[in-house]
Amino acid sequence: MFEKLMRIDRRIIFIFVGLAVIVPTLFPSNLPINVPEPTRQLYDYIDALPTGATIIIAFDYGPSSFAEPQPMAEAVMKHCFDKKVRVIGINLFAETTTLADKLMQKVAKEKGAVDGEDYVFLGYRPGALQVIIGMGTEIASIFDSDYAGNPLAEIPMMENITNYEQISLLLDLAASSTVEAWITYANTKYGLQIGAGVTGVIVSQMYPYLQTGQLVGLMPGFLGAAGYEKLIETSAEGTAGINTESFVHLLIVGLVVLGNIAFFIQQRREE
Amino acid sequence: MGIFGIWIAAFLTLCIYSFLYRDNPFYRFAEHLFLGMSVGYGIVLNIHSGFIPLAWDPIYTAITEEGKQSGLVKLIPIALGLLFFARLSPRHTWLIRYPIAILIGFNSGLFIPSALQASIFEQTRGTVEPFANLGTLGPWGIFEAALMVIGVICTLTYFFFSVEHRGTVGWLSKIGIAFLMIGFGSAFGNTVMGRVALLIQRVNFLINDWLGTIF
Repeated sequence: MFEKLMRIDRRIIFIFVGLAVIVPTLFPSNLPINVPEPTRQLYDYIDALPTGATIIIAFDYGPSSFAEPQPMAEAVMKHCFDKKVRVIGINLFAETTTLADKLMQKVAKEKGAVDGEDYVFLGYRPGALQVIIGMGTEIASIFDSDYAGNPLAEIPMMENITNYEQISLLLDLAASSTVEAWITYANTKYGLQIGAGVTGVIVSQMYPYLQTGQLVGLMPGFLGAAGYEKLIETSAEGTAGINTESFVHLLIVGLVVLGNIAFFIQQRREE
Repeated sequence: MGIFGIWIAAFLTLCIYSFLYRDNPFYRFAEHLFLGMSVGYGIVLNIHSGFIPLAWDPIYTAITEEGKQSGLVKLIPIALGLLFFARLSPRHTWLIRYPIAILIGFNSGLFIPSALQASIFEQTRGTVEPFANLGTLGPWGIFEAALMVIGVICTLTYFFFSVEHRGTVGWLSKIGIAFLMIGFGSAFGNTVMGRVALLIQRVNFLINDWLGTIF
């Protein structure tokens, strides 16, 4: 039996994983969600910002990785609009531009936020390093207009914003090494406070920055999105995602245990 | 997204997932379409978000409007950038060295001090700082602080190849390997979490958005 298990067709495992995702999606459950401490730190930081403060959200992910950062962006923007904290949106990767623009408009419509007064989407400029450093000196030197083409000088919420000195937080929603770039250049050089919401793939490399205070808070994958949704007392894609994910994790843990047992039994028999 | 868009997205999603069974023409079609679209979209967006506002507009304004000649200064970086195309002519290939030299010099100058500060000095501070507040830490806090220092020393020892890994150094490096394995395990677990999240999002789209247009 164990020999068969060791030679199992990988497509059978795919079917099991598929079922572990499809069944909970068809029949949603409400598993308890424990808010991760780094997510609570990020929430507390934003919650303590005064009315009229401004944060930047960098949508540094792509269409192939938006499953986790998008619910985070939605939850944080809802929190900001409720608190009357203004949001500037930018992205360092070209592919995210329309995704981010649509998302900002969707959340703004839901919360009654006004384009140019409560939020603005500046869009994309090539050269991530030049964008990060250039904005530290003067945002208008990099973005002379918003994504819709309105000159920056004519946007009311940008009236008193010149550079990072007027920005309370930069939240990087990332699927790659952009968080390190924001920390290395914007935090170290300009003292800009950085928060992050990252995909599960890169979450491990974020913890050293959290421990040193270079990150004010962190949303790790679906768990971070679900945690933030819980803190703002809403239930959306993050909560649904982590509920489904829990079933897949159980399956994977089971498969890993079973695979190890089969491996050791087979090894013993060979000896 | 309109119904037409939802059906295209669903069809392409299923084409990509068909690879799980085996390689097939549907998968290759979707893969090539994605690559082509990404490159095309990237080029157009870079022209609209980079070339036009940062190069074309300032120069056009400098030429056509009086008192805005300062925009002509952009011709210098543009000319340097154009030197990258010298690669296309074997006789002029050497010219590419200038923009590359400037880029390397610029990036190194910016990166080295900032990276040292962000990744070495700050991380070292973070590692030893808890010991400065030892009196305020509980037993668990002291254990965490000690574990972190042990982990850092042992892992660094593993990567120290100037001394043979025998005796004390050998033991330290073995403990370092254990810390590395725990790190890799954590990274693998998180990677699984991230990949499963992508599957959940797609299945969610297929069930709620695509099948929603049928039933």
